[in-house]
Amino acid sequence: MIFDSTDSYISTDELSMAVDAAVRLERPLLIKGEPGTGKTMLAIEVAKSLGMPLLEWHIKSTTKAVNGLYEYDAVSRLRDSQLGDDRVNDIGNYIKKGKLWEAFESEERVVLLIDEIDKADIEFPNDLLQEIDRMEFFVYELGQTIKAKQRPIVIITSNNEKELPDAFLRRCFFHFINFPDRETMQQIVDVHFPEVKQDMVKEAMEIFFDVRKVPGLKKKPSTSELIDWLKLLLADDIPDEILTNRDASKAIPPLYGALVKNEQDVHLLERLAFMNRRDSRG
Amino acid sequence: MLINFFLTLRKYKLPVTIRELMDLIAALQHRVVYANVDDFYLLSRTALVKDEKNYDKFDRAFSAYFKGLEDLSGLLESLIPDEWLRHEFEKSLSPEDLKQIESLGGLEKLIEAFKKAKEEAEKAEAKEGEEGDDGDKGNADKQGKDGPGGLGKGKKKKAKKVWDERQYKNLDDSVELGTRNIKMALRRLRKFARTGAEEELDIDDTIRSTAHNGGMLDIKMRPERRNTVKVLLFLDIGGSMDAHVKICEELFSASRTEFKHLESFYFHNFIYESVWKDNRRRMAERLSTLEILNKYSHDYKVVFVGDATMAPYEITHAGGSVEHWNEEPGAAWMGRFSEIYDKVIWLNPTPQETWEYSSSVMMTQELVGGNMYPLTIKGLEEGMSQLSK
Repeated sequence: MIFDSTDSYISTDELSMAVDAAVRLERPLLIKGEPGTGKTMLAIEVAKSLGMPLLEWHIKSTTKAVNGLYEYDAVSRLRDSQLGDDRVNDIGNYIKKGKLWEAFESEERVVLLIDEIDKADIEFPNDLLQEIDRMEFFVYELGQTIKAKQRPIVIITSNNEKELPDAFLRRCFFHFINFPDRETMQQIVDVHFPEVKQDMVKEAMEIFFDVRKVPGLKKKPSTSELIDWLKLLLADDIPDEILTNRDASKAIPPLYGALVKNEQDVHLLERLAFMNRRDSRG
Repeated sequence: MLINFFLTLRKYKLPVTIRELMDLIAALQHRVVYANVDDFYLLSRTALVKDEKNYDKFDRAFSAYFKGLEDLSGLLESLIPDEWLRHEFEKSLSPEDLKQIESLGGLEKLIEAFKKAKEEAEKAEAKEGEEGDDGDKGNADKQGKDGPGGLGKGKKKKAKKVWDERQYKNLDDSVELGTRNIKMALRRLRKFARTGAEEELDIDDTIRSTAHNGGMLDIKMRPERRNTVKVLLFLDIGGSMDAHVKICEELFSASRTEFKHLESFYFHNFIYESVWKDNRRRMAERLSTLEILNKYSHDYKVVFVGDATMAPYEITHAGGSVEHWNEEPGAAWMGRFSEIYDKVIWLNPTPQETWEYSSSVMMTQELVGGNMYPLTIKGLEEGMSQLSK
């Protein structure tokens, strides 16, 4: 596999396969999926793990396909001609390179991200067919054909706001990022927030017993509040069947592991349980 | 962390994404809330819900999730073996206390005695008012003060939670499902609505400005005229329309997502001098029709939805309304609509074949310039293409 999960991004097997295929066959990879499933992140991570520079082309509702190739600033040229500026004689001065041009021109292979292609006009993808397919385009003003020195890895994302034309789709590889299942989600959260749960659980108990003071905490939480808090933090460790059967005694092993990491934790937990028992009975 | 919570929200069809979950966890990491479930409720709602219509769904999901947690009340108790606590308890006693316990036969025995006393006290309570066991009970209470728990009963009943109040119930507009077909038809109108925010050369202004500059070219640009579809929707409600209310609501909730500018109003049977926006407060909060005619410009498209089935005098005569005294006949008001707005159509949920048998339908059809369409997919298609002509 060329691309796999990194320490900041969780990739599924299907996704790695899709990236693999797109990179090897030099085809654009179209990524769709619900918002927040890491479509844009993918390009960044692919670039990172392949050690290639990343060019990002963010599409807006006003973006046109030609913006990605180049822009000819006729208005400036006209104005300059009135002012008698020498630059007027070289039309190249008024050609601004777009992201595709930059990508084609690059000496090393780059990752080109075309982000949220569905934001643009419905004809936008059709206007890019040739460029994406042949990786070349013609600049009329200069009479020059720009051809990719290295075919860039093109990653295109879509939020599915508009249908994309068939002709365009045929030229792409396609992958739909499924909404992650529980396990994948756990991994994703862990990657972004390692240890956050352990820290918070430990801190909760320490604060409660005045081992640690937290500035800004208006009043110390009561035992029952703290118990509720712990339940909230630890709920994921309780298997579903226990939650449905409501048999708390079976919840011990997973919770025990989550709560207790060292001897001091045991001690704190003891006291917490003790106070809880006294509160609820007394 | 919080993954089950997140999945519960999704199960309740809340449009939450992982990114928002990350935001919530980050907020917890920064200790925005601490050990307070009420605060957590507010924080999570802020982070995860982006539309007040989803507040109610959120409340329901939150409530369901925390019911599951609250029922695990024995959680901590079952987690800790008794011996630990006994150990902890012993540490909190003074040497004198310990001696006293010793003299009573040791902690083990004392706890046994507690348990027995507790059981008997419960038994006594069950018998209701039988006071034979007074001695034992008193004894238990006395010792209970220092004991690991005492014998008090009656857990505090939890107050009703904010999320159980469901005060956002009214805002949930997902009455529908099965509105897909309607959406497809409405898409016709949206196609027309899609606009480019392009810039174009303003020739007049360029000439004026260039002349002003003494012949030095001064290019002026202006945004291309936007052709956004703006819609006023009037829904007939009550009376003979009750049977069609569901389909109207479907149309309503489908159209919500299709247009950027959509204002919807309710009326009864025919349009008179006032309409209302909230059907539950139709008497209290009325909007003057005249005000609507003045407020919304002529390029709004007007869609009436109603069966137009009524007595003809409800349209033609002043005072014809079944609900109130109307100064001017409904036909006059309808006339104003067709006068001001370029495009007015009427969608009728009753089958088209029956229209010719009802004179009020024929009259209404005439008033909207023949633009009455049945509330079917085909009818919607035709209506929308009329609007976008």
